[in-house]
Amino acid sequence: MADGAKPRVKAPKSASAGEVVTIKTLISHKMESGQRKNKDGSVIPRSIINRFTCEFNGTSVIDVKMEPAISTNPYFEFEAKIPESGDLKFTWYDDDGSVYEDVKTVQVG
Amino acid sequence: MDFTRRDTLALGAGAVALTVLPFRVNAAGEDAIAAFTGGAEVAEGGVNLDAPEIAENGNTVPIGVSAEGATAIMLLAMGNPTPGVATFNYGELAGSTMASTRIRLAGTQDVVAIAKMADGSFAKATKNVKVTIGGCGG
Amino acid sequence: MNFKALTAIAALMVAAPALTFADPDNDTLTINGEEMVTKAPLPAHLEDSMLTEIMSGWHFRNDDTQAMQMDDFDNPGMLAVEDAAAAWDTVEGTAGKSCASCHENVEDSMKGVRAVYPKWNEKAGEVRTLAMQINNCRTENMGAEPYKYDSGPMAAMEALITVQSRGMPVDVAIDGPVADTWEKGKEIYYTRFGQLELSCASCHEQNYGNMIRADHLSQGQINGFPTYRLKNAKLNTVHGRFKGCVRDTRAETFSPGSPEFVALELYVASRGNGLSVEGPSVRN
Repeated sequence: MADGAKPRVKAPKSASAGEVVTIKTLISHKMESGQRKNKDGSVIPRSIINRFTCEFNGTSVIDVKMEPAISTNPYFEFEAKIPESGDLKFTWYDDDGSVYEDVKTVQVG
Repeated sequence: MDFTRRDTLALGAGAVALTVLPFRVNAAGEDAIAAFTGGAEVAEGGVNLDAPEIAENGNTVPIGVSAEGATAIMLLAMGNPTPGVATFNYGELAGSTMASTRIRLAGTQDVVAIAKMADGSFAKATKNVKVTIGGCGG
Repeated sequence: MNFKALTAIAALMVAAPALTFADPDNDTLTINGEEMVTKAPLPAHLEDSMLTEIMSGWHFRNDDTQAMQMDDFDNPGMLAVEDAAAAWDTVEGTAGKSCASCHENVEDSMKGVRAVYPKWNEKAGEVRTLAMQINNCRTENMGAEPYKYDSGPMAAMEALITVQSRGMPVDVAIDGPVADTWEKGKEIYYTRFGQLELSCASCHEQNYGNMIRADHLSQGQINGFPTYRLKNAKLNTVHGRFKGCVRDTRAETFSPGSPEFVALELYVASRGNGLSVEGPSVRN
């Protein structure tokens, strides 16, 4: 899946100090649940993103444990507090060991 | 349990109530709750669980959770083959203790959100979501 | 209980009154703040139909599904548009060309294209769907392999081209050289197929607004295609949907890309003349 997963993040480019901003994330991923069977009746092995994190300048905003019941192309919406200018870092962890990252810079001023 | 056409028709006559029951009850859901709470008492209320009453398709059901003062919220689909959905752990820079996502529901069932509060207590909300079967084999 | 039991429950739902009326809603569709035309006066060529106005399938979905189409970030179909934007610039085939080599910027060159397809191609002397035109470009101009007609890459490329016409009214020509194909499409639309003996019109003209089991029947408009379906979590092509519909009548279906489905696409597209191009839409 490592080639197919492409993260998208919607976050504001600027904020006032201490402002709470809404963030949306979407990543293309099949999220194969491990419950489905293929045409010969054998189980298609589970292959999902099992964790998603968002940090701002190294401090945690949210850390999500993800299970196979998360839909294809996982979507999250949440809020972050922006104390100063810096980087929001988003990380998705795949069952296969792949890690997908995205960074969005937010200016405070 | 196998159903022939005839059985199915017979069922239709007497067991309409069946359709409003969760289609499967899963002890694993209770186990997951116990593992999250450590067996502590779970209060009702204090958690908002935003889920559709009727989902158009079980494959992509929008769900939102929030709980004032929570440090973590666990979301469970009690009727899924594996009930775990997600656990949101809120960090120091969380702007609020809310989150929205899209989830899979294998059928009509209860969705449960359990919040772990900063003081170590637990609260929960439950919502029954009906999952419809599409008109055209969907 | 196992999944056999689920089947039984499904059967129970059928045992309830099969058709209950549920009006399409009157909400307003905006996409990224731009208002779409989702209800329009009946095109003149539908005067003899049972419709009184035409409306987008968006009105027949519930609020949650509707909301997913109202912002491109929330619309998972846009992931495929991004993939296709990369493919647009990718050189493929023996001629060493990409789409961009001839058509340059997709935002400019493809604006308005979706709204008028399928349309007559004078040089080839045939009615061409957008998918046929894409593949013709690939094989004739790029020397590349054609996409499979209803494949993911085809749906994505159609979506990329479609999105450049979003908000423009569907305006498919039905006369002149396409008239014969259009008539053929109309005939297919009203022909009952399969063991269930259903025509397109049985559901989408005579019963739109009614429930078929738990699903809300739309007018079967295709102004929102390609469409991201929650059911299979991917973009679906018009011909893929036609195939699914005909299959559900328990008939042998025509193939995606077949002359029958090309004619049907022209006819069905023309039933939406006046609605905004919406694709990629989000449906259940």
